[in-house]
Amino acid sequence: MLTTRTDVMDDHSVAPLSTVIEKIEKTKSNNNSQPASSCIGRRKLIQKIVFSILRAVAWVNGIALLIIVSFMVANGWRAITWTFLTQPPRDSMTKGGILPCIVGTLGLSLGALLVAFPIGVGSAIYLNEYARQGRLLRIIRLGINNLAGVPSVVFGLFGLAFFVTYLKVGISLLAGALTLGAMTLPVIIGASEEALKAVPATYREASLGLGATKLQTIFRVVLPTALPGILTGGILGISRAAGETAPIMFTAAIFFTTKLPSSIFDEIMALPYHIYVLATAGTEIEKTRPLQYGTALVLIALVLGLNLAAVVWRSRLRKRMQ
Amino acid sequence: MANIRQMKNRGMHVFFFSIATASITILLMISIFLFMEGLPIFKFVSVINFIFGKSWYPTADPPDFGIFPLIIGSLAVTVLSAAVSIPLGVMTAAYLAEIASAKVREIIKPIVELLAALPSVVIGFFGMVVVAPFLQNVLDIATGLNIFNASIMLAFMSVPTICSISEDAIYSVPTSLKEASLALGATHLETMARVILPASISGISTAIILGMSRAIGETMVVLMVAGGAAMVPSSIFDPARPMPASIAAEMAEAPFRGKHYYALFATGIVLFVFTFIFNIIAEQIAHKYRQVGEASL
Repeated sequence: MLTTRTDVMDDHSVAPLSTVIEKIEKTKSNNNSQPASSCIGRRKLIQKIVFSILRAVAWVNGIALLIIVSFMVANGWRAITWTFLTQPPRDSMTKGGILPCIVGTLGLSLGALLVAFPIGVGSAIYLNEYARQGRLLRIIRLGINNLAGVPSVVFGLFGLAFFVTYLKVGISLLAGALTLGAMTLPVIIGASEEALKAVPATYREASLGLGATKLQTIFRVVLPTALPGILTGGILGISRAAGETAPIMFTAAIFFTTKLPSSIFDEIMALPYHIYVLATAGTEIEKTRPLQYGTALVLIALVLGLNLAAVVWRSRLRKRMQ
Repeated sequence: MANIRQMKNRGMHVFFFSIATASITILLMISIFLFMEGLPIFKFVSVINFIFGKSWYPTADPPDFGIFPLIIGSLAVTVLSAAVSIPLGVMTAAYLAEIASAKVREIIKPIVELLAALPSVVIGFFGMVVVAPFLQNVLDIATGLNIFNASIMLAFMSVPTICSISEDAIYSVPTSLKEASLALGATHLETMARVILPASISGISTAIILGMSRAIGETMVVLMVAGGAAMVPSSIFDPARPMPASIAAEMAEAPFRGKHYYALFATGIVLFVFTFIFNIIAEQIAHKYRQVGEASL
């Protein structure tokens, strides 16, 4: 059973092709008795041009990100004050702060994590440690991949029909967190599975060889080794949940409340929904523009901050593993 | 003793298996509840009239529940955004996997990941307050909130999906294939175009389909940027009302378990079926044309 599992390395550690090419190119230029050298020159030129185009296209992504983020920062930083971060909205949301939204979003994403994390890690353990290739595994994977593809607004409809109406939870923090939890499940499964795969098979073999049971091996050897990677997945899950709007529109969020949620059955305000409401549904859309930028900036800072932390953490981890 | 251990092991196997079925259970529950709340509309409208009906006036008296304009709106933004996101995503992936030095890759890869992490409401907001006025002024059109704008914004949301899956596919092409091509005298570019791309085409197709599936289901961007007119658009600078936008915008005011409410859930069914088909096709391609070497999905 263990022999079938090879060490799955980091997908980027394939033999460096560039060194191979360099070597080949060197040998090519060494025997310059080639009659068709002008032809080679032209092919080289085309390659150069195409590669520059590809490079430019790749940087378009960076430029897009830069434009969006810098625009929000440029327009939003003035709105960020202590009052903005610590006060509820006032004067029909044209003044004041966004404290209830921040608290609501934190509550939602932590709640979603509480729901999705145990199930996600458990699923990943099954997929990586127990499952055998076959039809059953394929069906489970099909389910996970399709769950990942379900549109966010459909999750909202599901949350409304199941948690809010059928289970009679009502529009509340709990219903929103459960809906978001269902939505982030595939993210957590994917990240945890990758982390478990990266644990060398020799670790498992050593533990089993010492007489540990499979369960002991999983909990004392495999999981501790994979833990940082799994936690990275958790962070990504939180950030995904924090940024989603459609799933909470019908399940958790309301336009306006001055009080902070006191129980999980309370309706809440949330950052993404607040941006949407201020930008589209208010009577004073232009007047609240600074507040909209400010809220968007807070949301971006929260989400990108979490992601950046996860990315940096993961790249450190990869280096250590190698 | 050995027997007890075996039974325990077996028990744990079953335990973890039951956890792993959670995803499928949720997926089933989603379909059950969508159908439960959506099917009653067909007591009032026939399936054909619902899907091909050309007018969507859910609050008029008598109401019209034809979602054809919404479907066309969804397809229009999806196809147009794919026209931008496919070249952008695949070319970025090719650059990252084949050309970029390790250093550049370590910059661009996180950038693409951060792009994926940008909340959709922020991208929608950006499209509303920046891109829409810009388009309106530059192209001198009635409204900047239209299919074109929404497609551009959506494209940047599906690029990360397309890019990362394509990149994995390109990486998993065995080095021996590349070496063989290079040894025959092909340049690096020729190797990429004639060997690497054909070898990874199934993975790239999967990436493209999943990217389009992401675009068709995306809600906030089309809700805020597409303009919201429930009519069949005649140009890409017309406003449209894709299915997710319609659901998100109208659910709050639809009377609970009224016709409008059922109709919105039925729209959700159509949307769900669309993405489900996309995902199944992607799955089939990935499974059937499994790449040589390490499989990519």
